[in-house]
Amino acid sequence: MKPTALVITTAGINCDRELIEAFELAGAEPRSVHLARLMDEPDQVDRFDLIGLPGGFGYGDAIAAGRIAAALMRERLYPAFMRAVRRGVPMIAPCNGFQTAVQLGLLPGVAADEDVSAPAEAPAPSVALLPNAQGRFVDRWVRIEIPAQTRCIWTQGLACAGPVAVLPVAHGEGRFVARDASLLAELEAAGQVAVRYAADDNPNGSAADIAGICDPTGLILGLMPHPERYTSWLHHPFWTRLSEADRAGDPPGLAMFRQAVRHATQVALGV
Amino acid sequence: MLYRVEVRSRADMPDPRGGLARAEAVALGLPGVPDRIETASVYLIEGALEPAMVDRLTQALLADPVTQEATVGAAPPRGTALIEVHPLPGVMDPDADAVELAIRTMLGVEASVRTGVRYDFHGGDPARARHIAERSLANSVIQQIHDAPYLPDRFPVAAARQVTSTEIPLRGLDADALDRLSRDAHLFLSTDEMLAIQAEYRRLGREPRDIELETLAQTWSEHCVHKTLKATVRFHGALPGAAERPGHEVQPDGSVVIRNLLSSTIAAATRELMASGIDWCLSVFVDNAGIIAFDDRHAVCFKVETHNHPSAIEPYGGAATGIGGCIRDILGTGLGARPIAATDVFCVAMPDRAAAEVPAGCLHPARILRQVVAGVRDYGNRMGIPTLNGTVWFDDRYIGNPLVYCGCVGVMPRDRITGSAQAGDLIVALGGRTGRDGIHGATFSSAELTDTHADEFAHAVQIGNAVTQKKMLDAIMEARDSVDADGQRRCLFRAVTDCGAGGFSSAVGEMGEHTGAVVHLERAPLKYAGLSPTEIWISEAQERMVLAVDASDLDALRAVCDRHDVELCVLGRFGTDDRELILRFGDQEVGRLSMAFLHDGLPSREREARFSPAPRHVADPVQPAPAVEHALLTLLADPNIASKHWIVRQYDHEVQGRTVIKPLTGPDGHGPGDASVILPVPGSRRGLAIGCGLATGLSHDPYRMALAGVDECVRNIVCVGGDPARLAILDNFCWPSCRDPESMGSLVLAAEGCRDAALAYRTPFISGKDSLNNQFVAEDGTVIRIPPTLLISGFAIVPDVSCCVTMDLKRPGSLLLLVGVGTGALGGSRYEHHFGGAGGERDLPMIDLVLGPRLARSVARLIEHRLVRSAHDLSEGGLLVAAAEMAIGGGLGVELDPLQAPADGEMSEAAELFGESPGRYLLEVDRADLPRIDALLGDLPWAIVGEVLSTPEVRISRGGPRLPIADLHAAWHGTLDW
Repeated sequence: MKPTALVITTAGINCDRELIEAFELAGAEPRSVHLARLMDEPDQVDRFDLIGLPGGFGYGDAIAAGRIAAALMRERLYPAFMRAVRRGVPMIAPCNGFQTAVQLGLLPGVAADEDVSAPAEAPAPSVALLPNAQGRFVDRWVRIEIPAQTRCIWTQGLACAGPVAVLPVAHGEGRFVARDASLLAELEAAGQVAVRYAADDNPNGSAADIAGICDPTGLILGLMPHPERYTSWLHHPFWTRLSEADRAGDPPGLAMFRQAVRHATQVALGV
Repeated sequence: MLYRVEVRSRADMPDPRGGLARAEAVALGLPGVPDRIETASVYLIEGALEPAMVDRLTQALLADPVTQEATVGAAPPRGTALIEVHPLPGVMDPDADAVELAIRTMLGVEASVRTGVRYDFHGGDPARARHIAERSLANSVIQQIHDAPYLPDRFPVAAARQVTSTEIPLRGLDADALDRLSRDAHLFLSTDEMLAIQAEYRRLGREPRDIELETLAQTWSEHCVHKTLKATVRFHGALPGAAERPGHEVQPDGSVVIRNLLSSTIAAATRELMASGIDWCLSVFVDNAGIIAFDDRHAVCFKVETHNHPSAIEPYGGAATGIGGCIRDILGTGLGARPIAATDVFCVAMPDRAAAEVPAGCLHPARILRQVVAGVRDYGNRMGIPTLNGTVWFDDRYIGNPLVYCGCVGVMPRDRITGSAQAGDLIVALGGRTGRDGIHGATFSSAELTDTHADEFAHAVQIGNAVTQKKMLDAIMEARDSVDADGQRRCLFRAVTDCGAGGFSSAVGEMGEHTGAVVHLERAPLKYAGLSPTEIWISEAQERMVLAVDASDLDALRAVCDRHDVELCVLGRFGTDDRELILRFGDQEVGRLSMAFLHDGLPSREREARFSPAPRHVADPVQPAPAVEHALLTLLADPNIASKHWIVRQYDHEVQGRTVIKPLTGPDGHGPGDASVILPVPGSRRGLAIGCGLATGLSHDPYRMALAGVDECVRNIVCVGGDPARLAILDNFCWPSCRDPESMGSLVLAAEGCRDAALAYRTPFISGKDSLNNQFVAEDGTVIRIPPTLLISGFAIVPDVSCCVTMDLKRPGSLLLLVGVGTGALGGSRYEHHFGGAGGERDLPMIDLVLGPRLARSVARLIEHRLVRSAHDLSEGGLLVAAAEMAIGGGLGVELDPLQAPADGEMSEAAELFGESPGRYLLEVDRADLPRIDALLGDLPWAIVGEVLSTPEVRISRGGPRLPIADLHAAWHGTLDW
């Protein structure tokens, strides 16, 4: 049985197709469901083994990127998402999904020592994704690093070095900031930094070169880069220069999805 | 109750919007730019809300608790001056719609919202601030500037217009009076056309109603029927081989009469190619886009539009609605294609013009460029369509008429490439609501546009709402690919087209041409009350499509639309007894026209054309001649050559995850790719290369310019791996007024060049569009005409994308081959522009139509056989600039011996290094492959002209200069690094 993946779309979401393709390539069975349907029936979330919040411009990025979708999900879907976390469901939120997840209170999530079993209300946001330091949208590939001590099940232990250790970014509001310095230190210490920009390749001025973080369980990954756009070597920005050796194995983007699908399969089997 | 909320960054958080506002004012050279500009978002909310609810909205929706602070009401001035910019009433405010939705969901309350931006200037007085605001923060066509926090008592409401239809007596008018009527009513119809209408109404024995005249004016507009390109032309001038050209008759006086210029040139070439073996053109010149076969199951289509006049007045909205309209063309091709790529080409005046040199009534070219880029960026990125090919051409003659070309490529199943409305089908409108947007396009005078009275609601310039269109796209794609209860694919509509110019009138008029149609205008969903039937009928409100739907599919279609939150309305029904267009409003008939007269009644037009150009002005050569180093650095920094990364990086050129050859290439993404390649069909390695050619430097000889444009487009596509035998092209003519016989003559020659090039390269034209009135009358009466500008866009099949190559140098020790022949002609080149020319150097180069296509095929074969490591076409700046770009792209060096390059006749050093002879390629190859390359190139002209070095510098052999790549890169990268 293939694990099922819920891809949540809504007005202005436009990276759902590549997210669906990435889940398919990684061995999952994705289905896209509109946010409006999900808000009517939040229990639908309970039927899925993986969840994806795709990129795009939900509601046109009105007010701020991800703001409206986050406000809607906070009202209606937060408890369903937390039930999924308790079931061990991996969740990925690239780009607009990340912007939504931080405002909805999923990331960085409730502190590890709090009881996640009965979340009354979503926590207030404690990190934010501000407009890029240069003040405008940027599309390019950036070099990345996976922190050795990360607890994120999507990126943990990922072989990712050399010219293939890159991911595409395409956003106008991706500058990661935390409420205060102590929170940054806590995230680092707790292994919640999941992906980092190479120190000399930070595309937006993010604090501590943070490209993506996970929640305390390691299941929910939010990141500004788009791993779903790096599932084939042909996606690589200069694949025409890569050697056969460079191109052995899966591109890191696809590898992340495979790791999560494997995790979901094990959860489903009760391993 | 109307509330006001301000949201700004906390003091310890950055405010990039303020930084950018300041930087743009500095870049425009405005005086007195303050040290700091601080910004805040302003929300005006009207509704039955308690103050506590507003507080909740502020905390939970409008402000981010981590980085922002909010004020309900207005914070006191924070600096030395305050400016607020708000959209004028009636102007689209896309953010406001989304905020209203969130308020409804969170509070269960209906509210009206408008948004604005507050700027606090830290430095300078209010007068200075207003001056800066007028020139760089706001456009008075769509926005209002306030110098205090704005809080009206209530939102203004549009005034209702009359709902009756009026008769326009014209049966008794003479020709002069008809002309006056045409002008005063903004019909833009000629005397002959008005007379034809008069004759028709005399025959009918009644006077026309206003809605009927408007319908005729829209349907017969240049924009919709290409009257000039389809005209009968009498051409005076040299036209080689005129007697053998189809549709051409040489007259006794030596002039040539051409019946239907388009059909006798560009379309004739396509017909001839299709008759001689090209079997992959599936639909040419008839639909909203041209369609070619992609593989056995899929077809791809391409359309390029221009949106010049709106972009001159309001560049942001003009460019955004330009790309939006082109995307709808793709969505409205056949039974709907999925848009998978977008292109853009801009022509503007030199960006470093001093503000004082810009004529009154024109925006500064740097501002225009920033705004059109922002418009394409915001619309294309929001639609999730990668904008991945284009260029910019700078020439001061575009000062009053910038050009904005927007293209879109789509993919569709091959069994969905045609549709037609049948009698009995429902007329269904989808998407955005209808308002007074864009009525009469951009013909309103600016006085009307800035009038502060009720006419504020009639805006010629529009702001698009990409999210509305994205929802509509999703719904149409789902309806196209719907599967019925028996598992059969069943498209839920029989035909689809977009509402472009002319709105419903054009869309329904076109779809119902053969059936007739009855339209109930009162059913159209409106943005606000009070539109007259005529306004509803001709409104050019964005984001709308019209479908022909079998009544039995309506419920299924409605369900799809509901799923995507797309509004659907049954406007009427196709099919009438006498093929008529019947317009009703409630129980009243407001208009009735025969489809036969509407579509076939337009009298054919005749045009005089002459080609006798004045000699080209060329400056004398600079003395002493510039050193090679200086010339190269000058050319690399020329805006027409310099890196366009500032634009490319603002577009999401890889959304959808299909872009496998990106617009910028190489390990650092510095290389200017010749074309991009996408994978239209998931899971398939078959690709589509998309590129363009623009040879405006040769505009003095429109025939050569057309040949060079096609050649450049072909070479760009070949250089990434496109198959020149499966390459289709599109024409977009932007010309000064063709009522001038000289302009018309230049148009004729360009069209002849298109035909000759298409036949030679065997690249059929499949679609095209023209914009033939691009000139600006300055205050003192001077007419500034744009140079004739012909964009050739193309796309080609890439059989296996793993064979694709990029232009960045790959490996030290590789050889550089120059394929093709250069001549001493420097005419029209960037070198000549900067350094002048003399004698034969002033000639304009011309492509050899026998050799050019052979070269393209052979280079393609080398690439297909994987014998090429990198490939780049020689264009502006010639051999040395091409080599420098390849070195910059790869971070490697080259040693170049230009004397080895194949040459036809005497060449000066400048012509060798910087000549722009068309038809040439620079290839990086492995020395070991030379024998195979030699065998494949056969007797074609080619030579080894250099070698790739690991040292990052460009060296000229025989003791010539050495230039570090870092210096070259700095020059090339810096000009447009905004």
